[in-house]
Amino acid sequence: MPFWATYVFLYLPIVVLVLMSFNSGKSVYTYEGFSLKWYGELAGDERIREGLVNTLIVAAGSTVIATVLGTLLAVGLARHTRSKLLDALALMPAVLPDLVLAIGLLVFYGMIQMTLGLHSVILAHGLFSMAFVAAVVRTRLTNADTSLEEASRDLGAGPVSTFMRITLPQLLPGIVAGALLAFTLSLDEFVIAFFTVGNSDQTLPIVIYSMIRFGVTPKINALAAILLLVSFTAVIAGQRLTKIGETRAQD
Amino acid sequence: MKSEAKARPASRGRRLGAFVFLSPGLTYLIVLLLVPLGLMVSYTVFQRGRFGGVVYEFTTENFSRLVDPLYLGVLGTSLRIAAVTTLIALLVGYPTAYLIAQLPNRWKTAALVAIVLPFWTNFLIRVYAWIMLLSGPGVVNSLLGTKLELLYKEGTIVAGLLYSYLPLMVLPLYATIEKLDPQLREASANLGASAFTTFRKVTLPLTLPGVMTGCLFVFVPSFGNFVIPEMLGGNKTVMVGNLIRNQFLSARDWPFGSTLALALVAVLVVLLLVQSWAARRA
Repeated sequence: MPFWATYVFLYLPIVVLVLMSFNSGKSVYTYEGFSLKWYGELAGDERIREGLVNTLIVAAGSTVIATVLGTLLAVGLARHTRSKLLDALALMPAVLPDLVLAIGLLVFYGMIQMTLGLHSVILAHGLFSMAFVAAVVRTRLTNADTSLEEASRDLGAGPVSTFMRITLPQLLPGIVAGALLAFTLSLDEFVIAFFTVGNSDQTLPIVIYSMIRFGVTPKINALAAILLLVSFTAVIAGQRLTKIGETRAQD
Repeated sequence: MKSEAKARPASRGRRLGAFVFLSPGLTYLIVLLLVPLGLMVSYTVFQRGRFGGVVYEFTTENFSRLVDPLYLGVLGTSLRIAAVTTLIALLVGYPTAYLIAQLPNRWKTAALVAIVLPFWTNFLIRVYAWIMLLSGPGVVNSLLGTKLELLYKEGTIVAGLLYSYLPLMVLPLYATIEKLDPQLREASANLGASAFTTFRKVTLPLTLPGVMTGCLFVFVPSFGNFVIPEMLGGNKTVMVGNLIRNQFLSARDWPFGSTLALALVAVLVVLLLVQSWAARRA
């Protein structure tokens, strides 16, 4: 099998998807001519706009939780304990199937009789993003030089001020990469949001889900094309950022 | 020795540090992960409430329902679909990862990013792309001028899963293949081994950890998936994920849904144990 066949398999559906978003006809199957009308329809769709705003709220909220807790957790695990059990626990949200996390949280929210909404999704996304942030920050910690931290301790600085002045600046590229990862994961997350959002609010992936179930229309293609553009830009920007971080760390 | 030297500076400070750094994250993990999972597990021995929820009366009925041939069949189907997907992903992913590792350095990153890029786009959009390609009046049929029924088959589900999770196979494979010392292969070839023997006796055993990680990364999300069987399988093929989803969102039988979820986790734990056992023997 030729090497590029994998790439054709991965990109052909995406190319067709984007191409059909410019279709002037009503069908996604037969191309009739170039038009941007579906993008216009998209801009006027109230549900999609609401979904987008909700998704951004959830992604921002959960990223803050995941970045703060995940960074602290990574430092704690790398520097203050040797427990393999805690390591495994911290990774669990990333390893467990999303469906299991989702129903566990649904059962829990039901038990404490919490009203479902965006806040319950934020808490849920915070949980699984935290595992990813902790893992990313952790790899930087294991590679980082500990002599500066030790010097700071020997000179009488406490663990907190050592963290603020020495560890945190060293970790910054890792933390930024982790936060970006958390944000992107939350933007696209469907299963956990679907179970924990309740009936009133919908995130963008849930809106997309119900649109697809309703039927195929070039409007979904237009939305897909925009989302593709956003995530491709984010990934490439993230890639650049990590590269810059790495060269700086090497200097 | 080194650890003793490290433990020296004020152990009270260290314990305070451990508390400050670990307690927020661990509290979060306990409240939103361990307690919910514990609750879910405890639901497996209770009865369903009339309108969802649970009645706290002990029963083993959920487990006897689980071993009903109907539900065991669903578990079997899910295992088969996930296993076939994983196998194909390995057969496609290994040569791809291998060839990327042979590329000149400046192309490697680009080739790898190109593999991962589709993975970072919305999962539902990627599934939608396949509906568009394969449905009755879809792109494939109109290009071929045929009227093939391509959607709503088990193979369609496998294709969708493969499309969604192939990058998760390629990445760990690439990581192990890249680390492989090319001199080992050269030595094997110089000693007269054929390309196939070199692959079987040198390359494959040394990259086995990557193979296992990749297989796990593909198998886990495939096995518990409910969106792809629903959208590409048209609810004709029921996987365990669909069953769980229905118990929670339409049948309102939370205890049985929890029991199914526990079965799902149990299968994955068994696989993990087998994997780590195999890794230790290798």
